[in-house]
Amino acid sequence: MTPIFYLLAALTLAGGLASVLLKHLVHCALAVTVAFAGLALLFLQLDAQFAGFAQILVYIGAVAILIVFAILLTRGSDLPKGGVFSKTWFLGLIIAAAVFAVMGWAVLASVSAIPQQNTVPSVTVHDIGSALVGRYVLPLEILALLLTAATIGAVIVAMHEKARPR
Amino acid sequence: MTSMMTTPLAGYLLVAALLFAIGLGGALVRRNAILVLIGIELMLNAANLNLIAFWRYGPHPEALTGMMFAIFSIAVAAAEAAVGLGLVIAIYRHTNTTELDKIDRMKG
Amino acid sequence: MIQESTSFVPQFAASSITRLLWLIPAVPIVAAGFIALLKQPHRKLASALATGSLGFSLFLSLVAFVHVVSGWAHGSVVRETVSFTWLHFGASRVDLGWVLDPLAAIMLVMVSFVGLLIFIYSVGYMAHDENFTRFFCFLSLFAGAMLGVVISNSLLLLFMCWEIVGLTSYLLIGFWYQKPSAAAAAKKAFVTTRVGDIFFFLGIVWLFSSTGTLLLYNHGVGSIEPLSLAILSTQHAGLGLSAAGAIALLIFAGAVGKSGQLPLHVWLPDAMEGPTPVSALIHAATMVAAGVYLVARVYPLMSAGMPLTASGDPAGTTVALTVVTWVGAATAVFAALIAIAQNDIKRILAYSTVSQLGYMMAGLGVGGVAVGMFHLITHAFFKALLFLGAGSVIHGCHEEQDIRRMGGLKVDMPLTFITYTIGMLALCGFPIFFSGFWSKDGILEAAQHWSVAKGPFYLLVFGALLTAFYMTRQVCYVFLGYWRGHQAAHESPKIMTVPLAILAFFAIALGVIGTPAWPWFRSFLENRAATFSWHGFAEPGLGLLMLSSSLVVFLGLGLGWRFYGNKSPRPEEPDALEKSVPWLWAPPRDRLYVDEFYGVTVIAFYKWWASVADWLDRRVWGGIVALVAWVFALWAQLNRLLDINWVDGGFDKTCEELSEGGGLLASIESGRVQNYLRILAVAVVALVVILFWSSRP
Repeated sequence: MTPIFYLLAALTLAGGLASVLLKHLVHCALAVTVAFAGLALLFLQLDAQFAGFAQILVYIGAVAILIVFAILLTRGSDLPKGGVFSKTWFLGLIIAAAVFAVMGWAVLASVSAIPQQNTVPSVTVHDIGSALVGRYVLPLEILALLLTAATIGAVIVAMHEKARPR
Repeated sequence: MTSMMTTPLAGYLLVAALLFAIGLGGALVRRNAILVLIGIELMLNAANLNLIAFWRYGPHPEALTGMMFAIFSIAVAAAEAAVGLGLVIAIYRHTNTTELDKIDRMKG
Repeated sequence: MIQESTSFVPQFAASSITRLLWLIPAVPIVAAGFIALLKQPHRKLASALATGSLGFSLFLSLVAFVHVVSGWAHGSVVRETVSFTWLHFGASRVDLGWVLDPLAAIMLVMVSFVGLLIFIYSVGYMAHDENFTRFFCFLSLFAGAMLGVVISNSLLLLFMCWEIVGLTSYLLIGFWYQKPSAAAAAKKAFVTTRVGDIFFFLGIVWLFSSTGTLLLYNHGVGSIEPLSLAILSTQHAGLGLSAAGAIALLIFAGAVGKSGQLPLHVWLPDAMEGPTPVSALIHAATMVAAGVYLVARVYPLMSAGMPLTASGDPAGTTVALTVVTWVGAATAVFAALIAIAQNDIKRILAYSTVSQLGYMMAGLGVGGVAVGMFHLITHAFFKALLFLGAGSVIHGCHEEQDIRRMGGLKVDMPLTFITYTIGMLALCGFPIFFSGFWSKDGILEAAQHWSVAKGPFYLLVFGALLTAFYMTRQVCYVFLGYWRGHQAAHESPKIMTVPLAILAFFAIALGVIGTPAWPWFRSFLENRAATFSWHGFAEPGLGLLMLSSSLVVFLGLGLGWRFYGNKSPRPEEPDALEKSVPWLWAPPRDRLYVDEFYGVTVIAFYKWWASVADWLDRRVWGGIVALVAWVFALWAQLNRLLDINWVDGGFDKTCEELSEGGGLLASIESGRVQNYLRILAVAVVALVVILFWSSRP
């Protein structure tokens, strides 16, 4: 448990907390970007460099921007009347706490059952590439299809509807 | 801190669990639809963290399973975010609001 | 050549006329069918069809008559039959057929001739009636059926035609059915004759079952031929009767109904409600004669077992014939008594008919077929004449029928007067010139020589006295004196008076064939040779009898003249006889209370029985039905309640609960995404807990 870990964990968690607790939506978007960044660094620390960079590229570079765009297009800058939290926020809190409790208990109860190896894996981009087109070619292709469909679908869904002549 | 007595893997897992819980809480508590999506992204990220942690500290990391899974998950999450936000925009256009309490046309 | 009357050897081969004999009744019946399809305006066609068909029947009847006469003249016995099987059932057969013998031939000619004259008369009489076509349809049907009765050789065919005759009588009596009295009279006629017909039918059935055949004459094995009669007269039927006697009495009961003998005579006077031609044809000349004809037809049965002398003459009589004689004699006097106090012109003639039918029956009983039949033939002519004359009078007096409102018609209606007087004298039996004298004397002579009793003879003589009396009364009231009616009377048209003249001629001329000097009629029927000889009159006692009967007639005429003469009492005044002996007047005027007697006994019984049946029907059977219906209604109500409360209710309740439950469940679907998410999260937590808990070592 290096201190780096604690730092990065704290950063991530703080960003996450901030993103769900802040009032202004734009602030939430920025906070979630921080959380994404923290996670990317955690990946880097876990010797998953490709995943970390992918995280930065995709999440911070695309998803966060998307979120900002969506906030922009839905006038998220206006503060809603009646508060940002729903009426039954306490129940949500309880449920989230329960979920964490269960998962935490699961982790702690089974920690001894997981064999641990501490050697640093050497992963090159070449390995990832050959894995993608080798063992994981099917998921790759499906993913390509999925991305295509998602792109087209998102465009259509969000498009301005032309007024249909009646 | 409880993570003192645990392995590094357990620490990552706990962080992921906490992040997940935060994301879930956000999705459940906030009114705005976009924030629900943000919460969902956080949950997905927590799951990614879990995967990478298990890849790093589990047996056979040279099989790249965890890493692949995480990469795919990232890609899928991006696609899902795109579509979801597109939906939110479309709903906003129709109902002029992003408050989930007001969007209950699927009421049974 | 000379055959005895009790043993016939019939000819087997049927001549061509016998084969065609069925046309005689068939043609008028078919004509009736055609006329039934015609509409009312086709009067000429209807009357032409009817008259033409009966004319054709007359022609055929004359041909048959000539054939039989020629056969008789050559000394052979003519009895030709044609028969065929109608039904087979098991071993039995139902045969139909017809017979041509002297009896049938004479009847055929009489019925068709008198019928034709009356048809022609009706064309004039019914000219103003709007139901002209229907009248001729029924008349034609009647004529056909009556001719069928005459020629029938099969008891079943005879019965069928008998019933059709009864039916047409009903239809014709009730021709003016809008009159309630006419409708009631028709019903009375039908029901009363029906009583007789039931016994008749029983007789037929008994005869059929004993002899195995329905045919009367059938080459020696017919039901009234000697072979069968021998069997029947030895069978015993209880009450001291042989089977033959019992069957004969049953058949006679049918004749009693149809011919209006005591006690079933009550319908005949009421039958005068029908039009006068109907009264003439049916209730004077033909239908009522059918009963007499029936007795003559089955005479071998009636006389079966009659003891014979050495020469074959009857030496005693059978029970059946005794009954026939006494019933006839009683009826003769009974009806004559009532006739003297009646005031309706047709009713007097009706009772006279009943009385004369009694004479005929008595004649059959004491003297045999020829004696009774001769009176039947002569009576047909002069009674038809009298009825048609009465019709002419009624027509001329503008539908007046009460003799107290007539009078002096010999001036206004001379032709009617002359012919009517001829008929009246024939009926009374005025000596020498009129046929009625010879026929009635034949009966009186036979009655005088009857070995069983002399009672019938005295009754018949008394009846002759009464006959002369009431006929004189009638003629005096109607034709003599002065007119007491409202409008002036007028003579009838030629179409009505010509038949009267023809009938008057025969009323005189027919006497010739029945005198003792030349007993042609008797010889013809009994298949003897007929010789003309004045020695016929030399029979012992005959001259005395003729003299005494003439005296009786003159006495009656004289009494009638004394009481009624040329006087014409006003309608309101009491009758001359009534003034003299009022106690004698009342019972005849009230028809000797027979109708009242029936009303008190038979009709009252039936009324009571009908009311009992009605009560049973309404209360008992109706009650049971109502009870069953009520039970079912109750059951239905119960079911309905069950259905509404349990079945429907249960079902409805279940549906409501389901609905509510569904509603409850549906409230989970709030449409709010965050709720869904919450539930999802809770479920996951729960699931994980369960999984971990269950997999704990």
